[in-house]
Amino acid sequence: MSTLTALARVQAAHHGAAQQICTVRHLHVHDRPLVLVPLTLAGETNAPLAAMVGDRHGNPQVLVVPRPRLREQRFVFVERLANIVLSYVDGFTDDVETLPAKRKDDEPRQRFTDAPQVWVPNPGGVEYLRLMGRMTRFRQTTGDYAVAAGVPQLGKWATWLAEQAEYPDSSVLVAATQALTGFWATGQSSLEDGNLAALMGWIAPPAGMTAEQAAATAEDPILCPPAGPATDPQFDRLVLAPALRDLEEAPSDAVRVRVQERLTLALREQMQPTWDRVWQAIGLLGAQQPGGSVEQRWAADRDRFSDFVAYLRDTGHPQAKRDSAVLGARKLHDMERRLANFEAQRAFDDPLVMGEQRMTGEAFTGIVTWSDPLRTVTLSRRVLRPGIVVETEDPLRLVAGDADLRDPQRPNQKASILRLSESAGKISVSLELQGGTGSGLTAPPGSVPAVGERVTYSRLQVSYMSPGQFPARDQTPWTHGGPPQPYAPATSDAAEDWS
Amino acid sequence: MENTEQRLSRLRGGGDPEAHNARTIAAMTRNPGCVRRAIMDAAGVDKPAVAAAVGHPTSIGRLSDFAVSRGISFETRVKSEGCAELLRLLREQLGLPVPQAHYEDLGSTGKGETVSGRYLRSKAMLDTAEQGTGTLFDHPLLRLSISGVWAYLEPDLVAFQLGEKFYVIEIKSFPVIDGVADASKVAASVTQSAVYVLALQSLLSEAGRDPGLVSHEVILVCPKDFSNQATATLVDVRKPLAALRRQLSRMDNIAALLHLLPANVTFDPELPAMELAQALTQASARYSPECLAACEMGSFCRAEAKGSTAILGRTVREDLGGVDAVSTALELATGRLQPTKDLLQAAHVLRLAQRMRTEALAR
Repeated sequence: MSTLTALARVQAAHHGAAQQICTVRHLHVHDRPLVLVPLTLAGETNAPLAAMVGDRHGNPQVLVVPRPRLREQRFVFVERLANIVLSYVDGFTDDVETLPAKRKDDEPRQRFTDAPQVWVPNPGGVEYLRLMGRMTRFRQTTGDYAVAAGVPQLGKWATWLAEQAEYPDSSVLVAATQALTGFWATGQSSLEDGNLAALMGWIAPPAGMTAEQAAATAEDPILCPPAGPATDPQFDRLVLAPALRDLEEAPSDAVRVRVQERLTLALREQMQPTWDRVWQAIGLLGAQQPGGSVEQRWAADRDRFSDFVAYLRDTGHPQAKRDSAVLGARKLHDMERRLANFEAQRAFDDPLVMGEQRMTGEAFTGIVTWSDPLRTVTLSRRVLRPGIVVETEDPLRLVAGDADLRDPQRPNQKASILRLSESAGKISVSLELQGGTGSGLTAPPGSVPAVGERVTYSRLQVSYMSPGQFPARDQTPWTHGGPPQPYAPATSDAAEDWS
Repeated sequence: MENTEQRLSRLRGGGDPEAHNARTIAAMTRNPGCVRRAIMDAAGVDKPAVAAAVGHPTSIGRLSDFAVSRGISFETRVKSEGCAELLRLLREQLGLPVPQAHYEDLGSTGKGETVSGRYLRSKAMLDTAEQGTGTLFDHPLLRLSISGVWAYLEPDLVAFQLGEKFYVIEIKSFPVIDGVADASKVAASVTQSAVYVLALQSLLSEAGRDPGLVSHEVILVCPKDFSNQATATLVDVRKPLAALRRQLSRMDNIAALLHLLPANVTFDPELPAMELAQALTQASARYSPECLAACEMGSFCRAEAKGSTAILGRTVREDLGGVDAVSTALELATGRLQPTKDLLQAAHVLRLAQRMRTEALAR
């Protein structure tokens, strides 16, 4: 949270409408996403109760577990869910593009031209997929507790998706509430923003309602069923419990079918409003102008998707219950670098995000008042070091001597601060520039900011992501538990209780 | 002259005070500066009834029947046959040397036993328990002094005595999956366990024994992975315990707070809605969005706080430099309002933020 976002919340509260906190959207919005609205049975651990799923708003599939306490019924549900999810995911493995090799000796790389994008209503939906993955990926398709082939396969995909969602720059699994709050600030608190209906009430209130009325309505679970995965306790008591009891006690198949229809209808009514809202959120975000680096991050998602498809076709072991030491260290390394790059990219694409840096004095924007593109200094030999002076009103915290600053318009040019002088509330920053001017002693036109140009300098930079130096799996040092056991399917995993 | 207890009774509209539990006490310490809450809790006012009467019905603490029955069945399982399963966990998972253990049920006898009577029975049993062997005390009745008033706790817990030490055992129905449980649920249980540890310590002190005999590690029993099998973990509660102690002692003396209320004010849920709402405003609240999940009055206080920056959340309010009203923050940001001396810094930052937003969104 920052003062910029805080002010946006104040403005939202005052005007009764959500306010943008970004000028462009930083999330990739797929033109054919898969939406999943799951419900679970209270009290049990991630026991599926129902789901609404599909890649078209007008054509959802409604899956219901009529007797959610029965293990077999749960797996029937997972199997049906797997069919839908896997056929969606497989749909992206047809078209391949070939990329030049990263290093000279490597083969050219291949990756899929598109990747799946799954939307869930909220972070609870992400957790649902994570647990669903844990629950199903170790199941076996042969032996005593055999399940359909799709079940463990869904488990691996669900685990992969949930893992990707931990990285802020990934767009393969999106929680609608987080996507929306990344772009808009509301006039309520972030706690209340966790309620998708209330959040949407601020962003796009239903006709004839103010944002506040819409948000208040959203808190009534009867008018506005919760977005799940947990159901409303009152719904459990008044609708679900009697229906489940009637199913248990149904004297004939005909009665059972009728009760089951009643239950399906009731559950559908619980999910439909959320289903509609997630699609509405996708539409609203999709209509926003994407940031300049969204494409590049989606390409990285496609890379990872391609890698995972290759992994599944190769060994395809289920992901371990807990990361090994090497994998854990590698993930942490990746996460830090990806986060830093994501923050820099967002700031470069979006003046409002850069504004946060300027507020803290880590960046400044101003007008060039003096420019000497021919300035040289003598080190071991005479070299070109153009100089500029930028006048800014920002609360600068950088000091003379700070180096390695960059302007997003000239990412290959580094600037260091020579002097600062203040007069009449404005600060003049003298900068020495290096790089991006060719090799001679004259800078090509346009390579040095000209007088009157608006520039922004910050410490942010998008750096090459080194893969990091980590020992191979079988070289894990004893300080870190030694090499982990290779994966071997265990009967106990396949037999694991789910009750 | 009315004494404190009589005043508190009149405040809740006569009748018995609402019973506290670890959840309400743990929640209470989260907002110790709220006078409204301190008075209502000390008096044992029926807050859900009051909230409903003033048009803000609440569903706090309401669980699904499915969750309740699952919780009960798990607990029954763990405690069945004289806590056989529980003892196995203590021995095998925690490595506690429990050769055999007695089981004492201190639950209500139902024969018109008063709460204080039951408390005395719990105290006597815990005090005289034979040392050396393990003893499990089920359903002990404990009490804590909240703002100078006794709150009786009837925890669903087992106090376990091993050697000289007492342990609090909490049975919860959220799962531990691959050794990891939901952090917020663990945090909530740990705070609640700290309430029990404190109450058990206070019981021992009253019996003239060393409160240090209560272990600062509680035993958390949860379902393992996706199954009904139980697993036990030792959790250190020193931190929440210290916070709880500090905040309970900081909670102002209730008598002093009562003086702030006009003598005729009561929070009787039977009062007409307007009158009751009027009475509530006599005790100042300190709303923050966290209240919505912790206090039955949250929704009422939020409506009351409309127009203030408190409803946007604590961090937002801090980011705004502590400015109270939404309108003030906006007027400072746009320069329509000249800041007073204490708001100079806040106004400067707000004007800067306003300039950045206008600049970026205009382009």
